[in-house]
Amino acid sequence: MSRHRFWILTAIAMVSLAVVVIAPFIGIISTPPRVLWGDNGSELAADVFWRLRLPRVALGFLAGAALAAAGMAFQAMFRNALATPFTLGVSSGAALGATLCIHLGWSFSILGVSAVSLSAFFGALGSLMIVYGITLCRSGFSTTTMLLAGVAVSLFFSSLILFMQYMTDLTSSFRILRWLMGGMEVVGFRAVTSAFPFVVSGVAVVFYFARELNLFAVGDDFAVSRGVDATRTKTALFLATTLMVGGVVALCGPIGFIGMMAPHICRLMIGSEHRYLLPATVLFGGMFLVLCDLLARMLIAPAEIPVGVITALLGGPFFVWLLLRRSSSGAFLT
Amino acid sequence: MSIGKGEFVCIIGPNGAGKTTLIKCLNRIWRGGSGGISIAGKPLNHYSQGELARLLAYVPQADGRTAPFTVYEFVMMGRYPYLDAFSSIRSEDDKVIRKAMETTGTSDFAERFFDTLSGGERQKVFLAAALAQQGSMLLLDEPTTFLDPRHQIEINRTLKRVNQEDGVTILSATHDINSGLGIAERIIALKAGKIIFDGPGDVLAGTNVLRDLYDHDFLITQHPKTGKPMILPEED
Repeated sequence: MSRHRFWILTAIAMVSLAVVVIAPFIGIISTPPRVLWGDNGSELAADVFWRLRLPRVALGFLAGAALAAAGMAFQAMFRNALATPFTLGVSSGAALGATLCIHLGWSFSILGVSAVSLSAFFGALGSLMIVYGITLCRSGFSTTTMLLAGVAVSLFFSSLILFMQYMTDLTSSFRILRWLMGGMEVVGFRAVTSAFPFVVSGVAVVFYFARELNLFAVGDDFAVSRGVDATRTKTALFLATTLMVGGVVALCGPIGFIGMMAPHICRLMIGSEHRYLLPATVLFGGMFLVLCDLLARMLIAPAEIPVGVITALLGGPFFVWLLLRRSSSGAFLT
Repeated sequence: MSIGKGEFVCIIGPNGAGKTTLIKCLNRIWRGGSGGISIAGKPLNHYSQGELARLLAYVPQADGRTAPFTVYEFVMMGRYPYLDAFSSIRSEDDKVIRKAMETTGTSDFAERFFDTLSGGERQKVFLAAALAQQGSMLLLDEPTTFLDPRHQIEINRTLKRVNQEDGVTILSATHDINSGLGIAERIIALKAGKIIFDGPGDVLAGTNVLRDLYDHDFLITQHPKTGKPMILPEED
C-alpha cells in the first residue's frame, strides 16, 4: 500500500515538474531554451521569458497549490465533498474589496502589490472575520453554523457587488467582470514573492494537522474522543487556509473549481490518508492551474481567455465523468 | 454515581434519558453543563484531551457513517493519542493494531475500504479502532443497535472478553435490555437525567423499575439455557 502510494506520488511530482519546466517556453513568441543564455540577440524573447512567463507560471503553481490544499482541508473538516474555501465567503469578500477599489478608482501600489489586490485581500480578511464572529456568537464552535454564515455572507456580498457593478461606469464594470473571472497576468516576481509566504505557511499548517484531518473526515466526535482539541485545531486550520486563499485570490481573482476538484482527483489516485494526499494535492493543483493558464494563453492567441473559464470548462465535465465512473472506492467523503 | 475499575456497566433508559449525553460528557465531546466528573481521582477538566484519549476509548452510535479509509488505516487512527505530528507508526503500534483487529475479527478485511463493509462489519471496525486506543475504559453508545443477531452476539462476546481478559472497564448505553442483562454485572437506569436504579440485572428484573422507566408493562421470564432473566414488552 505504502509503496504503491510512493510511486504515485513520485509520478505526480515528475509530471508537475515537467509541466512547470516546459510551460514558460510555450507561447506566441517562441522561446527556444538557448535564448535564456542570450546568445542570438533575441532580448525580447528572453525578457518575455523572465519577466512575463516565468512569474506567471510560478504564480499559477502557487495559486493552484494553495486553492487545492485549502479545498482538501475544508472537505475533511466539513465532511462535505462540496466544501471549498470559497464556501466561507473568502472569494466574495475578496471580490467585494476588488470591486470597491475599481469602482472608487483607487490606484496605488504598495511594495509592487496593486490597490486592487490589497483591497481584495482585506475584503477576504473582513469576510473571514465576519463569518468567524457569527460562528463564535452562537455558543460552541459548529462547522454547520460556520458553513451557513459563510453562505449568507457570500450571498450578501454578491448582491453588493452586483449593485456596485450596476451603478458604476462601463469601463469599471468591465474591469470588475474581468477580475471576477480570474487570471494571472502579472509582470515580474513581486506578486509571486508577496503570495509565497502565505502559501508556504498555509500548506505547512495543513500538513502539520494532516492526522487531525484524517480524524475529522470520520467525524468530530471521533476526533475529539481520539484526543484532538477540535476547536483549537479547526481555528488554526481555518485561519491558515483562509489567509492563504485570501493572499492568492487577491492576486489572481476567484479561480473556481480547483479547490474542489484537485483533492477529489488525488483521492481517487492515492486515497484519503492526508499525509500522502496533501503533497499529491498541492502538486496536482499547482500543475493543473499552470496547464489551464497555458490553455488560456494559447487557445485564442493572441487574445487570452480568463483562466477561471478554462478551469470550470475542463473541471466540470471531468468531475461528472469521475462521479459516474466510480461508485464506491473510499475516495469520496460523503 | 461511581464506576469501579474493571466493571461492566450497562446504562438503560428511554430515548432522551441522557445516556448519550452521559457518555459524551465523559470524554468531553460535549462540554459545559453543571456537576462534576472525576476520573481516577482527578477532575475531568484537569485532563488534556490527549490524556483523556489514552484513558477512555469511544465507540459512537452506528449511524451509517462512512469514512474514506481502508480498515487498517481506520484502526490505525486509534493510535493518534500516542503519536505526535511527524512520527509514523512504530512496530509496537502495528502490533496493537493487528491485535485489535484480531480480537474483533476484522483482520480479514484489513485492506478493504471502510465504505465497502456492511453495517455489522463497520461496527466491529469501530470497536477495533477503540481497542487500538488502549484505554482502560471503553465507552459505547448503542454498540449493537441496527445489527443482525450474529453481529450483536459477536460484538457482545468481544466486549465480554476484553472486560474479563484485559480488565477494561466498560460503560455501554443500550436499548437492548436483554443483552444488557445477559452480559453486564451492573445496570444503571436513567430517566430524564436521574438515576432510578443501580444494581445487578436479576435485582432489576424483580422490581417495577422497568415499568417506571418506559411507562410500559413488561413480562419477565427466564432464558431457557442460561437461566438469566429475559424481559418482554407486554402486548396491550
